[in-house]
Parts: sequence; structure tokens; C-alpha cells
Amino acid sequence: MHVRQQVPDQLPVKSESSFVNIHEYQAKEILDRFGVPTPRAEVASTASEAKEIASRIGGRVVVKAQVHAGGRGKVGGVKLVETPEEAKQVTASLLGTRLVTNQTGPSGLPVEKVMIAETLDIKDELYLSIVIDGDIGAPVVMASTEGGMEIEQVAEATPEKIFRVAGDPLIGLTTYHARDIALALGVPAKALRTTTKLVTDLYRVFIENDCSLVEINPLVITKDDQVAALDAKINLEDDALFRHPELGGLRDSNQQDPLEQRAEQADLAYVKLDGGRVGCMVNGAGLAMATMDITKAAGADPANFLDIGGSADQARIEEAFKIIMDDDDVEMILVNLFAGIARSDIVAQGIVAAAKETDAQLPMVVAMRGTNAEEGIKILADSDLNITGAPDLAGAAVVIKQKLQELEGSN
Amino acid sequence: MAILVGADTRLLVQGLGRDGSFQANRTREYGTNMVAAVHPGRDGQKFEDEVPYFSTVAKAVEETGANTGVIFVPAPYAMDAIIEQIDAGLELVVCITEGVPVLDMVKVMAYINDKPTRLIGSNCPGVLSPATKAKVGIVPANIVQPGNIGVVSRSGTLTYEAIAQLVQHGMGQSTCVGIGGDPVHGTTFTDVLELFQADDETEAIVLIGEIGGIREQLAADYIKEHVTKPVVAAIAGSSAPAGKRMGHAGAIITGKAALASEKNKALAAAGVHVVESPALIGEKMKEVLG
Repeated sequence: MHVRQQVPDQLPVKSESSFVNIHEYQAKEILDRFGVPTPRAEVASTASEAKEIASRIGGRVVVKAQVHAGGRGKVGGVKLVETPEEAKQVTASLLGTRLVTNQTGPSGLPVEKVMIAETLDIKDELYLSIVIDGDIGAPVVMASTEGGMEIEQVAEATPEKIFRVAGDPLIGLTTYHARDIALALGVPAKALRTTTKLVTDLYRVFIENDCSLVEINPLVITKDDQVAALDAKINLEDDALFRHPELGGLRDSNQQDPLEQRAEQADLAYVKLDGGRVGCMVNGAGLAMATMDITKAAGADPANFLDIGGSADQARIEEAFKIIMDDDDVEMILVNLFAGIARSDIVAQGIVAAAKETDAQLPMVVAMRGTNAEEGIKILADSDLNITGAPDLAGAAVVIKQKLQELEGSN
Repeated sequence: MAILVGADTRLLVQGLGRDGSFQANRTREYGTNMVAAVHPGRDGQKFEDEVPYFSTVAKAVEETGANTGVIFVPAPYAMDAIIEQIDAGLELVVCITEGVPVLDMVKVMAYINDKPTRLIGSNCPGVLSPATKAKVGIVPANIVQPGNIGVVSRSGTLTYEAIAQLVQHGMGQSTCVGIGGDPVHGTTFTDVLELFQADDETEAIVLIGEIGGIREQLAADYIKEHVTKPVVAAIAGSSAPAGKRMGHAGAIITGKAALASEKNKALAAAGVHVVESPALIGEKMKEVLG
């Protein structure tokens, strides 16, 4: 299946969450192991380390804040410095701060490490990435001459500038395909062989580490026609980490939203949504999205996506409920359960126990159907929680609307 | 007649741990003909004192004539189980397991390419045909009712929601098919639509999609050209923000086509009755069928 599509009508999956995101310096270490050329660089956790590294590298270096977000350059997270002393000062000013970029949300992400890298004489900036395209069913290499720009913008404005080649699931990426990509990038003749090798090696990085994203932006051609990965972003697939124990430790939970971090530890699929008011607790991803949709249609933004999964025990239900309660934006809770494998009575017990512990007084709307629904509803009815029952999804929408009006009225 | 499963389904269940055993029992209670259990090391024993165990799928097929397999083995071993069932020549393989590595599914899809086996999933609730009491997967049997609506969905519990709405409005189902929420999966919307269109028992179709990918658009293209039966569709995730994965690995907005609004537009242009809210599926179907 050597599918080649130069003009995609959409970008394949490029995930920002639920995959393990790693730092640039960690991505560089993986690239080094696979022979992908990168600028000389080392990571520093203190200002004096940064100074030592800068003098080891020599000359002008770049100090890069290590956070799990792009857009660092525009907000002072990437700085050129001329001397080791300056590297020390810049590092001191970055460490311990929170960097707010267009990708981090208003509270930003903590800077705990910086990477000190050599500078290169750049002639050209290019773009290269690999993702899984679910619709083709294969990894796809995307290349563009528009380096330094976000690929989404390129896809929007000039889709013809994105060149795509799918790898064969069983054979891999053949050399001639890698060469096609190098040629499409228009690299100078002297860099054709090295770029072809870089593309081939990068494909191995993707496959052999079970990545969900490998993105080199920019890939640079230097004035002496060398090729190098100047900035690297690698996401690892959560579901495949069991076969890469060495990569599991690269996770940096300080870069996550604290509520999302707790959810991950409890094995809950949770996404915090900015500006929402209704906390949602649902079993199943599709039903969870549908529940968010009817909440929004009823007039209030959902505060989160939360799928408790099929076989959650009471402890996990309690933690799920507490995560919603600990979200300061939440004014009301909507529980929608259609129990197949899950048991409604266990969910109800979990909710009651967690509510007692947190002293929850927020209004709750609950729809419970499926396995042991009657028992579950009885447990909730017998508690002294502020609960309104709803028969189904449509009924829940009606109750949410009423409750919102009550909330508005009391404000 | 139903699609994919029916009175002639001879079911093999692979992976009888806690969840697999629980589901196998529900399946047998419902009346589905479970002929074999595969769990390495249990040769000669019987599941619930009745269904013979085998260590390999090939042996189970040879001894029992199983033609359909369902997989509950843990994610790290799911690819192996799927390949084993393909190699044993099963006609239909349903992989319920959630969390199968994407690159494993990429390999599976390349491997199955020239084989006669049809795969549903991974990460799906499976198939159920109420009239023939054939349940291959985890769709709860107590919520369905025999009838003439075909249901196809990327989601699990949202499928149950749709079934409940149909029943509430007095409409039963010919077959319910959950194709799964993973970005790389076997049977697609288009495949199931083709089967429903050809199925005499199916009068109308409910299609439930999600944000992410372009499979709903491909379904819309197919419906426009080939489907004459009425289709009611809902897309979950209209309120989801871009770039955040909503549980299912495939449910993420990564470009314009992945938006619920774009999918709705494509389906409506193909003559599909699109409901803006997933709560209105049953009501809309009632209205369409008069």
C-alpha cells in the first residue's frame, strides 16, 4: 500500500493530550540514539550548570525553556546569548517561572529545566513530521518547505505545499520514498543523501518507539549544506508504553493540569475544558461527548469530558467525583450512566461516599439506566444530596435548563 | 435475516478472564450459540461445565465448526489473537479489547487485506441481532428489541442510548453494530451501510458518528450513491474543543473535516436526516418512518 497523497483534504490525527508528551531535550536524546543529526546541546537544571554547558559548547548559544508547549520563542522562552555568563543570567531568569504561550492556557507551564544548544548558520528552514493517518491505516510522513510555521496554518493557507507519503505497514518506509520526500523539500544536491537518511531514521524513531507524533520544526539546512533537526517534538502512545519501559519515565507530570494528572493516576479519561460550568460524569466516550453536547445546547458550557470506563470500582468513582468537585469552575454536576459492564449501584455508592467526604452541596442531575439502575437510583434518593433525577439524555437536557434558570435566579 | 450474525452463528470466545467470562455468560443466557472457549492451558476442561475449552483457535474451529470469534484478551496480546483467528479461517472476528496499540492495528489491517475474514474493532461493543438472539460482544441484551432498524455506531454506550430511544418510540432493531472508537479499525461505516442496504429485514438506518477522521464523510459519499433506505444520523462531540482527545483515540479535532459541523453538513448533503442533538435520534426516526 504505497499511498501517496500530495494534496490532503485534512491533516491526520495530531494529538495534544492523552498521549505521553516529552520534553525537547528528551526527544533530542531519542533522535541521537537513532542517528538523526541534531545541534549539540545539553540540559541544565541550574544557572551555573547552564554556564558550564555554554562554555563547553563555546560561542553563541541558545537557551530554550523546557515546557510541553509550542510558541516559546514569541514569549521569551527561547533566547540567543553571546557568552556563558549571559547564559547563566537568562537561565536564572527562566527557571522557577511559568511560561505562558498561545498553547498553554492562561496559567502557563512551569520551567524547571532549560536546554543549552549550539547555534547553526541556517540557510533554509523546512518541516517534517510523522503521524498515524487512521483513514489510510498507516503512518504518514508529512513534509513542507514552510519550516517554522505551524503545519495547521500551512494546511489551511497552502495545502499544496504539504507533501505526504504513507509508509507500508509491513515493509516500512522505503529509501526511494524517503528520497522523494528529500526532493520535495528541495534540499541542495549535497544534502540529498543525508536528508534521505534522516527521513529513514526518523521513520524508525516513530515505529520503534510507538510514537503518536514525531515533528521536526524546523528541519534546517545549514550554509555548508548540512541537515539537522533544530527543534523536535515527540509524543508517545500511551497504549504501547507497556513495551517501552525505558520511555515511561520520561513523563513529566508537573507539565500537566493538576486535575488531569489526578485523573490519569486513577485511570480515568478526563479532559478539563476552559470556562465550563457543568461538571459531567459519564460512562463511555461517545455518550460523554453526547452529554457535553446536550449540556451546551441547554445553555451552559461543560466543564470537562469524563469517561469513568466500564469496570470502575467504587474508589475510582469517588476519585472521579472529587476531581469534578475540585474544579472551581463547576457549579452543577450532571451524571449520565448507561451501565452495560458498569454497575449503577456501585457508581451511586461512590458518588454518595465522595459527596459526604467533600461536603458537596452543588446541585446534581442524575440519569441512570442499565445494569442495577433501580438500586443505584434508590441509593441516591435515600441520600440527603441535592439530586434531581432525569429519565434519559433528552430529560437531562430539560432538567439542566431548569437548574440553570434557578442558578441565574439566585445570583 | 440480519447482517453479520444470525441463527447460524457458531461463536468462539477467546480470553476468558474476569470480563470475558462475565460477557460469555451473558451471551449464553441470551441464547447465542457459543460452541468453543479458547484459553491456553485449559484443554479438556469446560466453560460453565458445558462449552469445551481449547488452547488454540485452530483446534477449536476444527473440533466445533466455530465460524465467528470474539476477543477479550488484554491489549498487549490482542493483535496476536486477531491474527490467530484470521489464520484459523473464521468468517467474522470481533475484537472488544480496548487500548490496542495503534501500530498493532496498522499491522493487522495490512495482514487481513487479502484474507476472507471480516474484522470488527478493536475497542468496540460488537454486534447483536435481536430476532436471532445472536450477540457477539457486549451490547446489553435487555435493552434491544427485534425490529427493522439497523444501528451502526463508533461509540459503545451512545449506541445503547440510541437503541433505548428507538425502543421508547416503539421501534426494534434488525442488527446493532458498534464499529469502535479507535483511529485504525476493521469494518467501517461504509461496509456496514452496504450490508444494511442489502438486508431485507432492515428498513431504515441509524448512524452515530463522532468528531475526528473523515469516515463519516466517506459514509456520506456512499449513502449518496448507494443507499436508498432512510438514514438518521447524529455526530457526538459538537461541543469538544480542537486538539483535545475525547477518550477515544480517534475522537480528536485535527482539522476542519474532523468537526461535527462538517460531518453533519456532508451527511445532510447526502440526504441523511441529521439530528443536532444525540437525544433526538428516536424521535427523528419515528418522524421519518411516519
